Amino acid sequence: MATITVKRPKLSFVEKLYLPAIFKGLKITAGHAIRALKGSTPDKTMQYPEQKWDHELPEHYRGAPALVTDEHGRERCVSCQLCEFICPPRAITIIPGEIPANDQWAKVEKAPREFKIDMIRCIYCGMCEEVCPEQAIFLRKDYAITGTTRAEMVHDKTRLYEIGGVREGLVNKWNELK
Amino acid sequence: MDWFFTLSTAVKVVLSIVTLLTIVALASYAERRVSAIIQDRVGPNRVGVPLTLFGAKKDWAFFGLLQPLADGLKFILKEDFVPAHVKKFYFWLAPALTMIPALLTFAVIPFGSTMVVGEHTVPMVIANLNVGPLFILAISSLSVYGIVLAGWSSNSKYPFLGGVRSSSQMISYEISLGLSLVPVLMVFGELNLSKIVDYQNHNGWLLLPAWGEGLSVERWVLMIPMLISFLIFTISVFAETNRMPFDLPECETELVAGYHTEYSSMKFALFFMGEYAAMVVGSGIIVTLYLGGWSLPFGLLQNDEGSIWKSLAHVGCFLTKVVAWIIFFMWVRWTLPRFRYDQLMRLGWVWLFEIALANVFLTAVIIMIFRK
Amino acid sequence: MPEPLFYFFSLLTLIFGVGVVINRNPVASALCLVASFIGLAAIYVSLNAYFLGTIQVLVYAGAVMVLFLFIIMLMDIRAEERRKFNLVAVGGGMVLVIGFLAMFSSVVSGFKGGEQRLSQLPLDTTKSDVVEIGKTLFTDYTFHLQIVGVLLLVATVGVVVLSRREDRPSAPHEAP
Repeated sequence: MATITVKRPKLSFVEKLYLPAIFKGLKITAGHAIRALKGSTPDKTMQYPEQKWDHELPEHYRGAPALVTDEHGRERCVSCQLCEFICPPRAITIIPGEIPANDQWAKVEKAPREFKIDMIRCIYCGMCEEVCPEQAIFLRKDYAITGTTRAEMVHDKTRLYEIGGVREGLVNKWNELK
Repeated sequence: MDWFFTLSTAVKVVLSIVTLLTIVALASYAERRVSAIIQDRVGPNRVGVPLTLFGAKKDWAFFGLLQPLADGLKFILKEDFVPAHVKKFYFWLAPALTMIPALLTFAVIPFGSTMVVGEHTVPMVIANLNVGPLFILAISSLSVYGIVLAGWSSNSKYPFLGGVRSSSQMISYEISLGLSLVPVLMVFGELNLSKIVDYQNHNGWLLLPAWGEGLSVERWVLMIPMLISFLIFTISVFAETNRMPFDLPECETELVAGYHTEYSSMKFALFFMGEYAAMVVGSGIIVTLYLGGWSLPFGLLQNDEGSIWKSLAHVGCFLTKVVAWIIFFMWVRWTLPRFRYDQLMRLGWVWLFEIALANVFLTAVIIMIFRK
Repeated sequence: MPEPLFYFFSLLTLIFGVGVVINRNPVASALCLVASFIGLAAIYVSLNAYFLGTIQVLVYAGAVMVLFLFIIMLMDIRAEERRKFNLVAVGGGMVLVIGFLAMFSSVVSGFKGGEQRLSQLPLDTTKSDVVEIGKTLFTDYTFHLQIVGVLLLVATVGVVVLSRREDRPSAPHEAP
């Protein structure tokens, strides 16, 4: 690579004093301050709890992970535990359970007895969504997950279905018609 | 020593410390608001009076002015962590040593005209010393110990580098600080700050000689060395208080947080408050020496027979000037980038020192010509 | 000044003075010296010598000791703390101290001013001590002042000469 020698600019005496440059800088910042005080600065800052960005969240936004049910109200999750294994911070705990033989969905065989996501540990990476063969777990747009105790921050199965809601279409292999 | 003197001094001490700490607290809020409006942001505007706790519909945000209270509460409640590798005694001593000199120097700054209460007169200065400026220089030169000890006792590299930088920086700029004062003292011929302010009250501020004796040719010619001295003094105060263009002891891009890296909780808060208190006192000195202290411009309210209200008006005038200077300090901080270390030393030793020295001679020559 | 304050500050000065000698840690010694200087300054102030007291703090505590501390911080303190007790040095020091005390007491016993109280001395405390010191320095002791100035200048020039690097024609280039 060829070396390009850049000549340093020769400073005049006034420039070497630095003071004019300092005053110029002070003028610029004062201009910004005066504009802000007059209120003519474009209002870029969002006052968070009052103003929110929710309606502008993109489709691929990675918020809190949640479980979904399909159009028949069936839990999509078959408790294969892949998400539990892939989860980098080990936030997911699944206790698998059996679907009784007299159930409508007996051929699915397994459903989670308990499904917990510790939201203190969750890093919102979306690995669980990626790995799920049943498309049962999705990252939703909820982002303000707060609680006053550690226990409150662990989302159990009911809470997860509450956030997740129903997702139609997608995987249809457990459909009665097939 | 009569009881009235003791009582009035005690009241003055308490009131001035309370005022100083209040200004320090508000300055920490103002710093964030000023930086915010300069950078087109909003800044802290939330912490106010929580009226909802008392059943009201809405909180009163109060422009976030109660933010310092919340900060103070946070500092008190946080864990005061002392790392295992520090030298404990000096580690505890250092924060106090940065805070105390800043509070002490305030003792000699006159903050108002003499107040007449009944048959007593109360000078609005805590200690009317005959060596005011020297006292300020002496005590503020002690504040370097806090920083040096903090850096050394933390026993780790970044604080240590911060401490070493700070000690050399403060020693270097103390010289130009002292030398730039000499021409001013030559003009006044006086080392008593109260008398200096009184002179400026009657004969025009040092940088605004527009009434009284100040309308002489001599004072206007003396403006040249006075402006130079003012400039050098201000720059040196910036360096002595470790403010922005010269905040190398704690420059976060190189030294994490400099000398207070290992500090937490209230000990850190003491360093923080010490820095701001030094800034308040620095502004107070600049105002007292160059901008007429508590006096109003153009000889307004200058005659001596003082009621309480007039004296309080003068105190208000002093506080207004000090606050204006503090805002100037912040304005500079959010405008200028940090100096490099060699640039800092070059500026101190090669430029400011020499110019201050030449300035002494220039002033002497001008005074000799006019007062022959 | 009330007497208790005088005894307090004298005691402070002496205790920290002893601390300078017996501390094995140089930083502790240096800080003790600073505290001792400040006690001394307080005694000066109590004698109405405000200027002297302030200068004591400004020069010794504020400038000289900061430089000391600056150097000490860069030293290996552990080596200093490990150092053995040197009997010969202690003996020599003792002899010096005794000699100094003998000389000091003979001088002090010959000084009659101490028998009078300060308030009875024909001193004009209304005059500014800064003005008085300045007048004395620049009239009676002008020559001495100039000598000291030259001495300091020589020392400064010496430091510059010693610390200046030899000008090398070209620094050896390192491989890129």
